[in-house]
Amino acid sequence: MLTQLKEEILSGSAEEYLHKIFERIERSRLNAFTTLARESALEAAREFDARPWKGALAGIPIAIKDNICTKGIETTCSSRILRGFVPPYDAHVIERLKAEGAIIMGKTNMDEFAMGTSTETSCFGPTRNPWDLERVPGGSSGGSAAAVAAGEAPCALGSDTGGSVRCPASFCGIVGLKPTYGLVSRYGLIAYANSLEQIGPLTKTVEDAALLLDVIGGHDPRDSTSVASEKNYLNSIFGDVRGTRIGVPQEYFGEGVDPGVERAVWDAISVLEGLGASWKMISLPHTKYALPAYYIIAMSEASSNLARFDGLRYGLRVGEDRDWHTTFSEIRAMGFGKETKRRILLGTYALSAGYYGRYYLKALKVRTLIRRDFEHALKEVDIIASPTMPFPAFRIGERITDPLSLYMSDVFTVPINLAGIPAISLPCGFSDGLPVGLQLMSRPFEEGLLLRVANAYEKATPYHLRSPEVV
Amino acid sequence: MDDVIIGLEIHVQLNKLRSKMFCGCSTSYHDAPPNTHTCPVCLGLPGSLPVLNRRAVEFGIKVALALNCRIAEETMFYRKNYYYPDLPKGFQISQYDYPLATGGHVLIKGDDGQERRIRITRVHMEEDPGRLVHAGTIDKAKYTLVDYNRCGMPLLEVVTEPDLRSPKEARLFLDKLRTILEYLDVFDGNLEGALRVDSNVSLAGGDRVEVKNISSHKGVEKALSYEITRQRNLKRRGIEVVQETRHYDELRGVTVSIRTKEEAHDYRYFPEMDLVPLRIADWVPRIKAELPELPDAKRERFREQYGITDDHAKSLTSEIKVADFYEWVAARSDPKLAAVWIADVLKGELNYRDLTIDSFSRDHMLEIVRMLSEREITDEIAVTLIRTILDRGGSPREIAESMGLKRADDDYVVQAVREAVADSQEAVRDYLSGNARAINYIVGQVMKRTKGRADPSVAHRLVKEEIERQSS
Repeated sequence: MLTQLKEEILSGSAEEYLHKIFERIERSRLNAFTTLARESALEAAREFDARPWKGALAGIPIAIKDNICTKGIETTCSSRILRGFVPPYDAHVIERLKAEGAIIMGKTNMDEFAMGTSTETSCFGPTRNPWDLERVPGGSSGGSAAAVAAGEAPCALGSDTGGSVRCPASFCGIVGLKPTYGLVSRYGLIAYANSLEQIGPLTKTVEDAALLLDVIGGHDPRDSTSVASEKNYLNSIFGDVRGTRIGVPQEYFGEGVDPGVERAVWDAISVLEGLGASWKMISLPHTKYALPAYYIIAMSEASSNLARFDGLRYGLRVGEDRDWHTTFSEIRAMGFGKETKRRILLGTYALSAGYYGRYYLKALKVRTLIRRDFEHALKEVDIIASPTMPFPAFRIGERITDPLSLYMSDVFTVPINLAGIPAISLPCGFSDGLPVGLQLMSRPFEEGLLLRVANAYEKATPYHLRSPEVV
Repeated sequence: MDDVIIGLEIHVQLNKLRSKMFCGCSTSYHDAPPNTHTCPVCLGLPGSLPVLNRRAVEFGIKVALALNCRIAEETMFYRKNYYYPDLPKGFQISQYDYPLATGGHVLIKGDDGQERRIRITRVHMEEDPGRLVHAGTIDKAKYTLVDYNRCGMPLLEVVTEPDLRSPKEARLFLDKLRTILEYLDVFDGNLEGALRVDSNVSLAGGDRVEVKNISSHKGVEKALSYEITRQRNLKRRGIEVVQETRHYDELRGVTVSIRTKEEAHDYRYFPEMDLVPLRIADWVPRIKAELPELPDAKRERFREQYGITDDHAKSLTSEIKVADFYEWVAARSDPKLAAVWIADVLKGELNYRDLTIDSFSRDHMLEIVRMLSEREITDEIAVTLIRTILDRGGSPREIAESMGLKRADDDYVVQAVREAVADSQEAVRDYLSGNARAINYIVGQVMKRTKGRADPSVAHRLVKEEIERQSS
């Protein structure tokens, strides 16, 4: 899709295409964007039209989740506390995108600081699901997913801490990839839980995801956890999947999983079998401990990562300045939303003297066990297949008042972040008219294989071709 | 003072490094306007990530080896969480479990003249916070300004066991530490904030009080003496010393309570996942091989190689620059004479003028030592030469010639001796009647008549001979 669009833009006009998209966004009721970078994007488009050049993403507009720093464009994490923060620098991925000719068209809505599964905790209000405006687009990268699904952006970047790329991809019927931890530099990604998160593409097709990964992946000396990667995922996606061994984890099916979702995923496994892959049931025995371990680690890290927001150097400033403790406490009280505060408080508690061993250290041990589960399983099989989410998109307001049930919905996505392995969500059908996502996982840094299997499935099925009928 | 128990935590700024601990910002900010040596990383801007300065780790290992520590096989960083305006991330990247090094020691000469072994608990790395400038005193300021130039400077924290028994020992320890750091060329102690000390002080059986903000190695003796007196007075009045943190107010020379035990911080240390664990075991052999000769070893070698006294050897090795200066002169002249004149005279004259060894040319020193050993000048003239060079400049020979400062020839001295003995008959009688010290008066008269150009020991001998000749 992007390859085709690139040619269209090259023979037509980047500026015209951008105008068309901005018009569509203006008419939209999705609330997918927090900031539109109209001026700078149009200027970049005009520049491109005047002197077209060859780059992997030449002339292609891209929407960026609002927790990725963009030089000169306000970056808020959908939080009041960061209103007015205009980063003086570009994130590594933004530098890479620009170097390949992409045009940063705007910033997309998200759960505040990426803490959520529904994009309802944004200070800009919820984003709506283009398949059903009364439903959530998933989260936390809900704005990016909704924009791509509704044609308001040809592609987008999100970030995935516990499913934040895959969940909205699943709910909005598009492709979302969480790369192996360390494959994409986090430099410029405003941290929520830094040991878990990765930036990943949200696209209409697997091929587009591979193209974006080629651009944003690879070593960056500014991120000490980033590693050198073998580039050219785009070339590795073609080829068949004969002989690929697929594992289906028994813990990812059954109670709590929507029957329509289960049916769609089993159908997908049959399709892969038809393409020459084999499958068998496997066990990831520590799955039931993943959710609490994930939330303890994520909240602990968040309590520290979000400590820098004190209003002193950037962001929200309220009332009269008083003494230091009063002033920064007031700013944080006013600047953070309810869910963010809840996670900061719980994380602070989990790290406190006397509780550290009981919660944080124990969670780290569970994390090791989860990682081993995957290591063992991925010795016997090459790919693990499961539902991305236990159910399709839920209604706006349906779960937000019950945080625990909301946390529970991340049950199939968070183990992947704990293990650090790559996973992709791709459309595999519908349940009651709502998209269902198939989640595929692989060994670390085997994105090549992962994308090849995903691409083979996509080519054999029609789901990625369906778009929501949005106004 | 046997009941005094002191432990120190010393923050050493590794200011000889070119860039900060976790970013590429320059470390030479000391004369720069505020907030000009910063970047997204050391300002803790959202999205920025730390990247470890490997040279800083090498410097740290150097210091730890010099303090006889065990270097960790693998080391890692932790976050120390607390809110303060000088800390732009809301946490400080520091170390906790798996510090750089543990279990070392430093030898000092204790109060009783005995050698004492001060154990080092651990050495770890961390980043410096920014600097706060209060408009007025800390408790009454209307506003406070923040300068982030210092933010992210590489710091080494050296923690001692509670092995120090007096404020003076604490100072001696710091002097020794400073000498070692300068030998290693990792640190310039003359820069502001280069060495900062926190200390734990208690009297036997009493609670421990932490005294923070001792900003110089000179301040430590005063701060600790004040705190010990304060605790003694409480004890005398039957009041229990409570565990607390006190701030040393350098201007007023007192410590003031800033935190009680109940208000103690919970820093919520946990691993810094933005940095990866660092295997350093393999670095150690190379760094060890490159380690320079350290003060204790140099002192030992000076004694043996040059045959000088231990006091001289100690004095000459207390600063690397002085040691190098001495070795250069000693290699080209009489090493014993050079030791006396550099350790006893030159250092004293420099200290009196608050100057460093850089203010005196080694060529001049060599010339003076040579003139002395060839008996061209007397000790007195040599002192005059050193003083004149320091105060007005010039070279030894020029000054000696222009001022007529040359050792008097023998005839001239003999003449002066005859005259002095003739004019001091009373002293001669005292001498002959058994008061040996009376001869000193006559020698003094000789020196006066020769304007100090006579060699006092020669004059002494000649006076004695003259009296004997006269009375025989």
